[in-house]
Amino acid sequence: MTGQGVAFAVLAAITIISALLVVTIKNIVRSALFLALSFVGVAGLYILLNAEFLAAVQVLIYVGAITVLMLFAIMLTQQIMSAKISQTTEWFWLALPMALAMLATLIFFFAMRTYPVNPAPDALAVGTTMPLAEALLKPYLLPFELASFILLAALVGAIVIAREEKPGATD
Amino acid sequence: MAGNYGYVAVFAIVGVAFAVISLVMSWFLRPHNPSGEKLATYECGEVPVGPAWRQFRVGYYIYLLAFVIFDVEVLFVIPWALALRNLKGQGLGLFAVVDGAIFIAVLAAGLLYAWKKGALKWE
Repeated sequence: MTGQGVAFAVLAAITIISALLVVTIKNIVRSALFLALSFVGVAGLYILLNAEFLAAVQVLIYVGAITVLMLFAIMLTQQIMSAKISQTTEWFWLALPMALAMLATLIFFFAMRTYPVNPAPDALAVGTTMPLAEALLKPYLLPFELASFILLAALVGAIVIAREEKPGATD
Repeated sequence: MAGNYGYVAVFAIVGVAFAVISLVMSWFLRPHNPSGEKLATYECGEVPVGPAWRQFRVGYYIYLLAFVIFDVEVLFVIPWALALRNLKGQGLGLFAVVDGAIFIAVLAAGLLYAWKKGALKWE
């Protein structure tokens, strides 16, 4: 097996095992932490696909922000952290054939055509971040600047909503 | 490009091995006689106050929201910083700097708003 093959196997194993733990583990805090590990595995897979900027985004946004957002939501909720939560469903026997049908459909469509194993050599030599950066500052300049206004709106909105209830009142 | 990730792999393996080996070594070497004091949570030498599995203050949430906003800002500033030199070579240096300045200024205004509203103050 090549180095890339080993890396793919390890990263895929990390991603799938932690994703399985997310949906099976009884403690919701640990579930959220395993979700972060699963996101890290996906970031590694992005690097294998030569999408390095996307990998950085995955770590920054999904591991850094989304998971922390979930953890805070859990930490701020009353009596949920130490609660044992059942993650199994009563509809197991109905869900099983549905999931298998979905798997069969996916395998069928992926097997229909062959995918190129190696990316185009041009993409490898240049890297993906620089063209992306130039596109952001030239043809997509207006969306780039608008993004700052959207972020500003989100920040102001968050302050207005979160400040209304006095912090510390629940402590 | 792919070769550089060999160092990442080595670093990851050494990091994991270091943690595993030190835990296993100490597990073999240490005497095993747990008692009440030893099993208590270590809280910088203080006697722990209540369990850690409790509800936290809502006050933390506003910091988290501000963090997420500036996390996304970093995401846009990194490619901007990367493209600066290339754009300078194309005679668009000033143009690119002004673009970035506007982007950061808009978000700085947001930070100023948060500051003025007292959202950054810990109560």
